[in-house]
Amino acid sequence: MSGLSVILRREIRLALRHSTDSFMVVGFFVIAVVLFPFGVGPESNMLARIGPGVIWVAALLAAMLSMERLFQTDYEDGSLELLVLSPVPMELTVCAKVFVHWLTTGVPLILTAPLLALMMNVPFEAWPVMLASLALGTPVLSLIGAIGAALALGARRGGVLLSLLVLPLLIPVLIFAVGAIDAHLMGGGAKANLLLLGGVLLGALALAPWASAAALRQAVAS
Amino acid sequence: MASFTGENLSCIRGERLVLEGINFALEGRGAMILTGPNGAGKSTLLRLMAGLMRPSQGRLLWNDTNVSDDAAEHNCRISYIGHADAVKPAFSVSENVGFWAEMNGSKGHTPEQAMTSLGIAHLADLSARYLSAGQRRRVNLCRMLTSGADLWLLDEPTTALDSETSASLGELIAAHRHKGGMVVISTHTDLGISDAVSLPLEVTR
Repeated sequence: MSGLSVILRREIRLALRHSTDSFMVVGFFVIAVVLFPFGVGPESNMLARIGPGVIWVAALLAAMLSMERLFQTDYEDGSLELLVLSPVPMELTVCAKVFVHWLTTGVPLILTAPLLALMMNVPFEAWPVMLASLALGTPVLSLIGAIGAALALGARRGGVLLSLLVLPLLIPVLIFAVGAIDAHLMGGGAKANLLLLGGVLLGALALAPWASAAALRQAVAS
Repeated sequence: MASFTGENLSCIRGERLVLEGINFALEGRGAMILTGPNGAGKSTLLRLMAGLMRPSQGRLLWNDTNVSDDAAEHNCRISYIGHADAVKPAFSVSENVGFWAEMNGSKGHTPEQAMTSLGIAHLADLSARYLSAGQRRRVNLCRMLTSGADLWLLDEPTTALDSETSASLGELIAAHRHKGGMVVISTHTDLGISDAVSLPLEVTR
């Protein structure tokens, strides 16, 4: 386990020194949502209706924006080869990197979401469900995104390829997350959708580290 | 004493046969120098030995056990110096060396000893962003010293190194072999390893 804590400390320290990356993700998230009132008009009922969906789609795109760099710098400077060759299993290394990615992008997105919900006139009673859906859903974005980031290594225009690979896989997350908020607002109860979202999270947690590690070994071997 | 052997190794990269029928045997304290023109497969052979790639044919054996049977075990035995130096510009020199030392289990030199023997102890607190190519290479070599690995795999280690550091690398290799370690080097520089086995590689067609 000491290897895990070593890599966790390294990733956190790296993220702190590159903290502008996190600010850019949050900045993108805010701007993307702010564009909607300009695009569809400032009518408050309309904004409240589309608010949760807009916030979720923007969070998804913002997370994708930061995904490309997850393994890219390590791949370019040769660290990735050495991480594969280190005694620490690659699956654990991936877990550590994904966890820190979530800490530095997912958590800031969750913290910013209430501000945007206020702006989009999302009813207060939906806020807890929205935050719960983000808390369950954003780790899935990091986990599934890591598979795409590992697969896209070495490709030209890796960022675009990554989005093409990963965004279709994230549709269930979007459906269950927004479904939970809508169901709550209609009085149907959000529990079923949130449980399904939790199931997706557990599934991703069980599969993504192995899939990413395999893709990374492949990237290093070519 | 440990032994490291390759039997009939072949490797195909991008539909091109890079290595064909390579045999070698290395015992503890042994050294092997890979020679041959550019494109002869020296780097590929070192990557095969490191376990970064699998041979298309043939076997790599450590004490008569196939290395791919237990890749994690093999990772503890080797230290690989490739073309890229794996130095993080956001970290200081000592943070860079210290991370890999901890990651590999701190079995070899301490980071301080390693930095002193490669003459970068005075740069310990400097951000690695400001290092020259030769200094970055020395940081990478520090990682190898701290790993405590039995087998050193060095791919053109003297690139960007000055003659003084190349000489001290030769001494470090001699000390490593004295303790029972092995080295495989691809180099065009004379590192003063007089008793090394030479493995000539040729460009395959």
